[in-house]
Amino acid sequence: MRVTLFSTCLVDLFYSNVGISTVELLEKLGCEVDYPKGQICCGQPAYNSGYKKDAKTAMKQLIKTFDDAEYVVTPSGSCALMLREYGHIFADDEKWAARSKALSVKTYELTDFIVNVLGIDSIPSTLQGKAVFHTSCHMTRLLGVKEEPKLLLSNVEKLEMKPLANAQNCCGFGGTFSVKMGDISAEMVQEKTRSIQEADVDYVIGADCGCLMNIGGRLKREKQDVEVLHIAEVLNRGMGV
Amino acid sequence: MSIKIKEGKFKDRVTDEMKNDFMRKAVSGAQDSLGNRRLTSTDKLGDWESWRTAGSEIRKHTIDNLVHYLSMLSEQISAKGGHVYFAETDEDARNYIKEVVRNKNATKVVKSKSMVTEEIGLNTALEEIGCEVVETDLGEYILQVDDHDPPSHIVAPALHKKKEQIRDLFVEKLGYDKTEDPGELAKHARKMLREKFLGAEIGITGCNFAVAETGTICIVTNEGNARMVTTIPKTQITVMGMERLVPSLEDLDIMVSLLTRAAVGQPISSYVTLLNGPKAEEEVDGPEDLHVVIVDNGRSKILGTEFQDILNCIRCGACLNVCPVYRHIGGHSYGSIYQGPVGAVLTPLLDGYDDHKDLPYASTLCGACTDVCPVKIPLHDLLLKHRQEIVEQGGRAPISEKLLMKAFGFGASSGGLYESGTKIASVSLKMLLRNKETISNGPGMMKEWTNSKEFPTLKTSRFRDWMSKHESEKKHEER
Ligand code: SF4
Repeated sequence: MRVTLFSTCLVDLFYSNVGISTVELLEKLGCEVDYPKGQICCGQPAYNSGYKKDAKTAMKQLIKTFDDAEYVVTPSGSCALMLREYGHIFADDEKWAARSKALSVKTYELTDFIVNVLGIDSIPSTLQGKAVFHTSCHMTRLLGVKEEPKLLLSNVEKLEMKPLANAQNCCGFGGTFSVKMGDISAEMVQEKTRSIQEADVDYVIGADCGCLMNIGGRLKREKQDVEVLHIAEVLNRGMGV
Repeated sequence: MSIKIKEGKFKDRVTDEMKNDFMRKAVSGAQDSLGNRRLTSTDKLGDWESWRTAGSEIRKHTIDNLVHYLSMLSEQISAKGGHVYFAETDEDARNYIKEVVRNKNATKVVKSKSMVTEEIGLNTALEEIGCEVVETDLGEYILQVDDHDPPSHIVAPALHKKKEQIRDLFVEKLGYDKTEDPGELAKHARKMLREKFLGAEIGITGCNFAVAETGTICIVTNEGNARMVTTIPKTQITVMGMERLVPSLEDLDIMVSLLTRAAVGQPISSYVTLLNGPKAEEEVDGPEDLHVVIVDNGRSKILGTEFQDILNCIRCGACLNVCPVYRHIGGHSYGSIYQGPVGAVLTPLLDGYDDHKDLPYASTLCGACTDVCPVKIPLHDLLLKHRQEIVEQGGRAPISEKLLMKAFGFGASSGGLYESGTKIASVSLKMLLRNKETISNGPGMMKEWTNSKEFPTLKTSRFRDWMSKHESEKKHEER
């Protein structure tokens, strides 16, 4: 199956490991991964700050880039959600309505794609230790991808998943919120890292690099000995070729 | 009081409020326990999602046909002998009510809980004409005794107060000499209030729902104070926002089921009072004279706009109870009598952006509010619409941010620009940071981040560079 990867700007610039793991994982699962270089950013930073016009400029670039894709897969619930919104955002724009809607329909978050399109719910991977899963808000509530990552993680060998207190509460990232309302964001993430500490785990696993950058940044500041991993990295670990 | 409760900047209020450890514990504790109770009560009801759908359809239908139902309500109340007054502004509402009070030569007023009377600043207006106005909802009473401390939660107005603080307050102002035991405190308040009830000439109530078909006013409480307010005084004035109605009693049933569960996780509140006009001849209690004041005060301007859904709100407070931002900053930070997500949407609509333009940004757009709202108001979307409005219509966004976003749109749409920009950035930053993995002390806007968190550094090799190599290796293998 041919899959077009949308790596997201965060992965491209800061978390190349996550991109690499995503590609390797998809290839091992039998996909042929295509990566059109015209892709940059889904436009969310501008869109969620109210800059619809500037966001649309970025969005059009992405629509053009992915015109020929069959499936667009991205290792981010939040960016997948943004792409799913394109159809609504351009609904009244004659020139872009059909193309944007087509992109919305064919876009999938990585675990959603693996479980619901590829039909795979167990991947032979291994990770020794205890972990909590951070349910990112956009992915869980708004995109509605809840069970898929948990299902995949439950089948990782040697990995013990533990519950996280107040898991439903936002980590305080919120894109530009984290720099516009830095003080509030700080309190939110501190409550999150406290819960993580209380859970007494080796890893925090998530499916959105924004949240992981936020939580990881705080854990590091607190010098907590907890490794932050994207789910693609976990599923790609110890997976035989 | 009016909608705005505090002067100054949002960020300064937040800084102050976040220092209040007690308030924060109280809010997070209430969120956690109310959250559990809500879930238990909604689970028991069965398919909560279909209840929400039914509720949102009723509200939407009502608001879409607001004029029709308002005139129906008005006819019904008049037919029963009540008086209906439509107040276009807060001032109109105050003037009408003052007139009623003056005509009765009354000076003693008791009130049950009502947000809209706070919105129109009714208490102060009545005090100015020489009335003693007593709040009889326990939370509101505590705030009133504390020199009109503003509410911090639309359902639990005194959520931010410690029982020890309340004891000290009662000792100082109400001649109380017992402990901080909530039971004892409530008993004392009840004793004080009983006297006020018995002497009251006018009872003022809010209105949870008015039923258009029957002219019924429905008031939901847990303390029973609304019963006293509506049975003892000879005159009753009910003040309602113009959106606060449902078509029929069947609809009311659904709305009350949603309200008490969403608000406090109760299948039903201790008291649900249904009032049908002034006292009829064969009845033994109830007011002789009933006035229903229907307040617009900016609501009709919301009709037909992309914000109309906010008029569906039933003021259950559930969105406050799940909001992770409200959790840390508390109610007073919002500077409005309407707090949390609903407050952040509603306040700028009713009172303008000038004093409240930060509120729509006090959200991570996590969607917890939208998810919990019993009438499915897309709160986080409305917050986003406010941001768009602020940026695109109002010209209120900071210039630096505007330029940044322009550059973003530009950079994120031009492959060449992104290519050179990110390459240079990563090489030069890498040189600057040498062996550092993260940035601990960032410049400018980044400081807001690095004050509490490490920021990752750009990598010299981007993912796309790896991918190019990977792709050519693959090609090589194939050959
Ligand atoms: S917006 Fe929804 S959740 Fe919030 S108070 Fe209104 S009805 Fe309740």
